[in-house]
Amino acid sequence: MQPHLLTVITFLPLLGVPALLLLRSEDHTWIRRIALAVSLAEFVISLFLVRGFVTANPHYQFEEIHNWIGSAIRYHMGVDGISLFLVILTTFLVPISILASWNDIHEKVKGFFIALLVIETAMIGVFVSLDLFLFFFFWELTLIPMYFLIGIWGHDRRIYAAVKFILYTMLGSILMLVAILWLYNVTGSFDFPEIQAKLHAGIVSLPSRTEMLLFCAFFLAFAIKVPLFPLHTWLPDAHTEAPTAGSVILAGVMLKLGTYGILRFCLPLFPDAAHRAAPVIAVLAIIGIVYGALVATIQTDLKRLVAYTSVSHLGFVVLGIFAFSAISIQGAVYQMLGHGISTGALFLGVGMLYDRRHTFEIKQFGGLATPMPVLMSFFLFACLSSLALPLLNGFVGEFLILIGVFQEHHAWASWAASGAVLSAIYLLWAYQRVALGEITVEKNRTLPDASPRERVILGSMAVVILFMGIASPLFTRRMEPSTNLLLEQVNSGRPQDVKLPAKSPVTKLAPVIETLPSTLPPANASLVKIEARRVQP
Amino acid sequence: MQIPADQLANLHRLAPEVVLCVFGILIMVVDPFMGAARQRVLAYLGLIGTLGALAAVKLVADDPGLAYSGLINSDTFSIFVHVVVIGAAALAILGSVNYLDDEGLQRGEYYALVLFATAGMGILAGANELVTAFVGLEMSSIATYILAGFRRRALASNEASLKYFILGSFATAFFLYGIAMVYGATGTTRVDSIAAFFQSTPPAGLAILGLALMFVGLGFKVVAAPFQIYGPDVYQGAPTPVTALLASAPKVAAFAVMIRIFYVAFGTAGDVWFWAIWISAVLTMCIGNFAALVQTNAKRMLAYSSIAHAGYILVAFAAGTDLGVAAILFYLAAYALMKVGAFLVLTHLGQTGEKRLEIKDYAGLGSKQPILAACFTLFLLSLLGLPATGGFLGKFFAFQAALDSRVVWLVVIAAINSVVGAYYYLRVIVAMYFWEPDKDYIPTAVAPALTVALTICAIGTLYLGILPARVLSLAKAAADSLSVR
Repeated sequence: MQPHLLTVITFLPLLGVPALLLLRSEDHTWIRRIALAVSLAEFVISLFLVRGFVTANPHYQFEEIHNWIGSAIRYHMGVDGISLFLVILTTFLVPISILASWNDIHEKVKGFFIALLVIETAMIGVFVSLDLFLFFFFWELTLIPMYFLIGIWGHDRRIYAAVKFILYTMLGSILMLVAILWLYNVTGSFDFPEIQAKLHAGIVSLPSRTEMLLFCAFFLAFAIKVPLFPLHTWLPDAHTEAPTAGSVILAGVMLKLGTYGILRFCLPLFPDAAHRAAPVIAVLAIIGIVYGALVATIQTDLKRLVAYTSVSHLGFVVLGIFAFSAISIQGAVYQMLGHGISTGALFLGVGMLYDRRHTFEIKQFGGLATPMPVLMSFFLFACLSSLALPLLNGFVGEFLILIGVFQEHHAWASWAASGAVLSAIYLLWAYQRVALGEITVEKNRTLPDASPRERVILGSMAVVILFMGIASPLFTRRMEPSTNLLLEQVNSGRPQDVKLPAKSPVTKLAPVIETLPSTLPPANASLVKIEARRVQP
Repeated sequence: MQIPADQLANLHRLAPEVVLCVFGILIMVVDPFMGAARQRVLAYLGLIGTLGALAAVKLVADDPGLAYSGLINSDTFSIFVHVVVIGAAALAILGSVNYLDDEGLQRGEYYALVLFATAGMGILAGANELVTAFVGLEMSSIATYILAGFRRRALASNEASLKYFILGSFATAFFLYGIAMVYGATGTTRVDSIAAFFQSTPPAGLAILGLALMFVGLGFKVVAAPFQIYGPDVYQGAPTPVTALLASAPKVAAFAVMIRIFYVAFGTAGDVWFWAIWISAVLTMCIGNFAALVQTNAKRMLAYSSIAHAGYILVAFAAGTDLGVAAILFYLAAYALMKVGAFLVLTHLGQTGEKRLEIKDYAGLGSKQPILAACFTLFLLSLLGLPATGGFLGKFFAFQAALDSRVVWLVVIAAINSVVGAYYYLRVIVAMYFWEPDKDYIPTAVAPALTVALTICAIGTLYLGILPARVLSLAKAAADSLSVR
């Protein structure tokens, strides 16, 4: 199985589709069971990736190459430290989503689970594709099932949200297609490593204006997906109107398709343009962090609030990427995973509240901790993870990003840090209004606490949150070689930017770094190395 | 009597047209002997005719070459176009059988006309000489004028027929006038001789004017702006299966002859016609897409969408290379499948009298007729250009060919246009899946013949979208046989 592991993982969910089609449409129980079984099997198989993954190898592993359309377009797959855990994140969140929609989908049940399985295939395909055509193929394939998920099973304004979602994304991706074709005409290949090698070795060189245009075409597609301010306006609608499972998938995985694309394609293919555009993008990311947080604070709709936290948190990821520091990029990858889990957990909690009260209005809640202590404590846990409490998953990513960014541009970091503070405000304030105090609405007094199914869902999310918080080296160890290689590729050929002011504020950070929790050895080590080099002159 | 060997070879290379015409005549002859109840038999006779013609294409493929002293060139290019055109006609016949029953229009001459039209298109595809092309054009046009008006009692159909006839006559007259001018300038009407003539003397004055006039005639046939005015009215008024044929086969054949004239005969004048194609492509895409945005009638919307698609094909046309030819051919194959499929779905959904063609009529179709709705969705997504469908790869290769010739802005305009297009295709999907079902609508079962046609279209669309290598290499071989530049 090893040589075809990626193919198996990518297409296994698709195999569930004919199985579901064979069942009668009214047989809801078995439809759910089969979908869950397929997605659980998928999760287990995907864990073999971690087992077989060679930690120290920064290059692609489990590679598969076959000719597909002629010899130019190839079926080329592979994972490295950056995509490995994103695949696992996907295979983990899909069974969770299926379990979460166990009881709240009543109509067209079959179609719903088929859509979930198809979208799983498409998302994994995006993460493992190393051929630009194949990548684009899966990239567009994610749209259709999500469009149906929002449009059919969503809430009141679902049609508006679904159409807005798909048109926004398509506008970005069609220009990326043009850029991909352009790259092909210049390099004669769709194969990503090959194109990269050709560009890197100078066999093909892009004029600086062309490089910038191509970078923009790629970046626009990804920035819409992320979404980067000011392209984020589709997000609150799509996330709010989607059913719970849809929101979990959207926030948990689909937004990462954007940041992953930036990391995987934008930076290595167009390093110069990326460096040139970095200040502008960083400013947009910071605006996104602060703006997303501020807007989240004033939301009266709990789901919309959670949606806006994504704008803020993904801003961190983009900022971390464009700081071009080994630590911040590692942090960005970690934050992608962390955000997937913690925001997923928040959406799950919100969805469970909706199941009980059929509303997202914060006003309708209040004092929920009294009738539902278990559910609310899990919800608090998710909030704390999202606001980056140390020992939980959100902290690791955000902290690495802030440190990395601070080294390079301390002004950026200080602005971004304000977002971290704001996130504590809006999340805790929201939690307070929802869970604490007196019960304000009489109906809420008799709400049932978490059912066993819900406990399984929230419990497994909580375990992962805690595990990622305290066992981060298990993850970062596997990411580090790849992120370092990436950074090397992006920085090579450019003058090393070591002209820091004489009294670098970084030196003041040194003692802090030494007292970092021991949970971050790899990052810590590389940081100190950089530190040593810098302090010398 | 001994038939001379060269005569036999000539006939041999025109075999598909011969088969089509023989069956057309056969239908006309048998027609009077068939009572009203047995008219259906003629439909199957027509179908056999198209299948026979497809088999005859194989015969041609074994021994390609010039025929009738160079009037016909049955090269690989012609063979590729033949397969697409005849295939589209066969699908249209399959889709017509039950439609004509329901409308009370089951007549043998319908199928005979389809076969004659197809034969005309076959001649267009292989025409190596301008007057021969004109004969093919007229043959296909006149048959389709009648077909467009086949619902005699429907005003819209009459209007379509008349409009098509009057404007079409003008267009073919332009075409003929263009031929005359080119003949005046070069002293020949053979495509290869014209090309040879222009090798030594670059085309100027009269020849360019002739080319422009021929572009008017062919632009009309492919429904390219600014000659697209008639398109939506004719497509909407014509009986739906006829629309399926009109939107696919004549367009394919006209593009084929356009390639021969522009790429081969006027290959050295690429700089001259490039901008004409460029401007026409932009206009065609924009008019098609933006007009489709505001349509509420699905049939009319699809009519505008086929204008937009002519625009995308013109983008590949602007490339001016054999890569462009291959892209056009692939696009045409994919386009024929998805467009015929989409119109045939409307054939069924329209019900007797074509009264359910508004997009709102399809509310909730996804839950009432899931398979038909899924089929329609596939065709719409293919027209939209989403991966895993033939439509996507068609666009993909078209853009690639154009970018290869550095026609960058045209590709960018086309790309943005295809997002505009997404909106109206998705509107139908929104209606089918996201709206509450219409309580009064009682779905009828899809007839077997139509089921077969839709299945072929759907499988073909997916096949071209996922495993395009084979058809692409055929298209490339066809493009090579033209020896462009």
